[in-house]
Amino acid sequence: MAQAFVPELLGRSDYAIISELIEPNTRVLDLGCGEGELLEWLALHKRVDARGVEISGPKAQQAIARGVSVFHSDLEEALADLPDRAFDYVILSQTLQETREPLRVLHDMLRVGEHAIVAFPNFGHWSVRLSHLWTGRAPKTKLFPYDWYDSPNIHFLTVHDFETLAHAQKWVIERRIFLQGPRTVKRLPNLLAEVAVFLVRK
Amino acid sequence: MLVRTNIVQFDSIALDCGTTLAPVDVAYETYGELNAAKTNAILVLHAFSGDAHAAGTDPDGGNAGWWDNMIGPGKAFDTNKYFVICSNVLSGCRGTSGPGSIDPATGCPYAMAFPPVTLADMVRLQKMLTEHLGIEKLLSVSGGSMGAMQALQWAVAYPDAIASSIPIAGTARHSAQQIAFNEVGRQAIMADPDWNEGNYYGRRPPARGLSVARMVGHITYMSDASMREKFGRRLRDQNQFEVESYLRYRGSQFVDRFDANSYLYITKAMDYFDLTHGRHSLSAAFENVRARFLLISFTSDWLYPTYQSLEVVRALRGRNCDVAYCELPSSYGHDAFLVNVTEQSELVRGFLASTFRERA
Repeated sequence: MAQAFVPELLGRSDYAIISELIEPNTRVLDLGCGEGELLEWLALHKRVDARGVEISGPKAQQAIARGVSVFHSDLEEALADLPDRAFDYVILSQTLQETREPLRVLHDMLRVGEHAIVAFPNFGHWSVRLSHLWTGRAPKTKLFPYDWYDSPNIHFLTVHDFETLAHAQKWVIERRIFLQGPRTVKRLPNLLAEVAVFLVRK
Repeated sequence: MLVRTNIVQFDSIALDCGTTLAPVDVAYETYGELNAAKTNAILVLHAFSGDAHAAGTDPDGGNAGWWDNMIGPGKAFDTNKYFVICSNVLSGCRGTSGPGSIDPATGCPYAMAFPPVTLADMVRLQKMLTEHLGIEKLLSVSGGSMGAMQALQWAVAYPDAIASSIPIAGTARHSAQQIAFNEVGRQAIMADPDWNEGNYYGRRPPARGLSVARMVGHITYMSDASMREKFGRRLRDQNQFEVESYLRYRGSQFVDRFDANSYLYITKAMDYFDLTHGRHSLSAAFENVRARFLLISFTSDWLYPTYQSLEVVRALRGRNCDVAYCELPSSYGHDAFLVNVTEQSELVRGFLASTFRERA
């Protein structure tokens, strides 16, 4: 999923989202940055100080070969090393649902960064609900294509779940963008959004 | 590409031990052209037994440089773009002043009267060389093993004189295991009667001790897997295994080009190197660093294991320094940075290109 999402972000309709969210000449950390396409783009077009973390060795290699400063590491450990307020933005794209301790990751992101940008596949999407309802099995959809036994996803969340958590933690949601394919969704995001993007600060 | 080693002599150098060495020679080679703005210079730092001949072919012996697969036109350290410098370390035996050099006070080789040197001293002399070449700020300093340790020392000692540092398969300080292997090598040399307290110049050198030291070294540079692949249990002849024959060959070859006293001085300098010395933590050592970093370690390197590179990466990240790090898969052990360079080249090439674009 992380692989599919990055080209989407870099596709024409979604340049706009990241361009809007990330101010030029800022410090950006991308957790689970893959081969560093997004960071390279941000460094070239928005002159950001771009850093990444990637657990896959071959992907981390690709990213470094691209000239992006990437740390080959587990993201939860990588966050712990960093000092407070080291970055303006910390991006976690399509990986929150794969982390062992998502709440701790979010807290760490907001410790290390002024803002957190969190993008995740919405478990509340109608296709997921229908899949579960009709088959009576763990849902398997375009968003969640894995069998239960080989899925990297270990924590499932919906748009509503994230909003509820943000409220309880007293985080400020500065922007929320909901995507269905390349288009943004305005109405009924918990039902219609495939992917949710939140810009959050403490 | 035929390359000749140059020698430059400086009046003196002040050493960490408090004495001054005068005069001091430095052997060095350069590859590529320095640009007009002098922003494309890279200093390459050799490992323990290396020398200034990093790339190209030397006109006398016809030998390729020790990092010839990394340095040259179109290679990772692309000499079409960059000006690459490599010098022999202080206390070495390949043209730079060392225990085999003549002490002007006596007219005889220094031998063990050569002052003890540190890695910081070696780096100070390298700094003198780069200034002599008219370079205020290096685009990068890079090396593997002891070269990696020097690349870290550069970043700490001369934060404004480098834009980036590429320590490969290195450490901020030797572990007990690394010191132990070095001590076995030193004891092998000193146990050889020909060593004679270091006074063997003009006589028979302690070849047996030095070659045993080198044999131990070679074992630590390989891995179980690479030795199994290279030698297995194959016999050379009825009396010896392939691996025995190989180690003896490497040992005897080493004696022809290396000075036993330099072995003692350089390994001691490596063992005493400790970036945390006199500081609370490794992080404290990196308080003033400005450079961008690329660190690389190798999965099968048990002499300079990944945890040692990670310790450095973590301390740098704790300071919010700009660090790229990757552990590369390799079965070649510590030797990987010299022989298994395809992926390493890609990392170095990309890192240097973006550093040159953003920081030069």
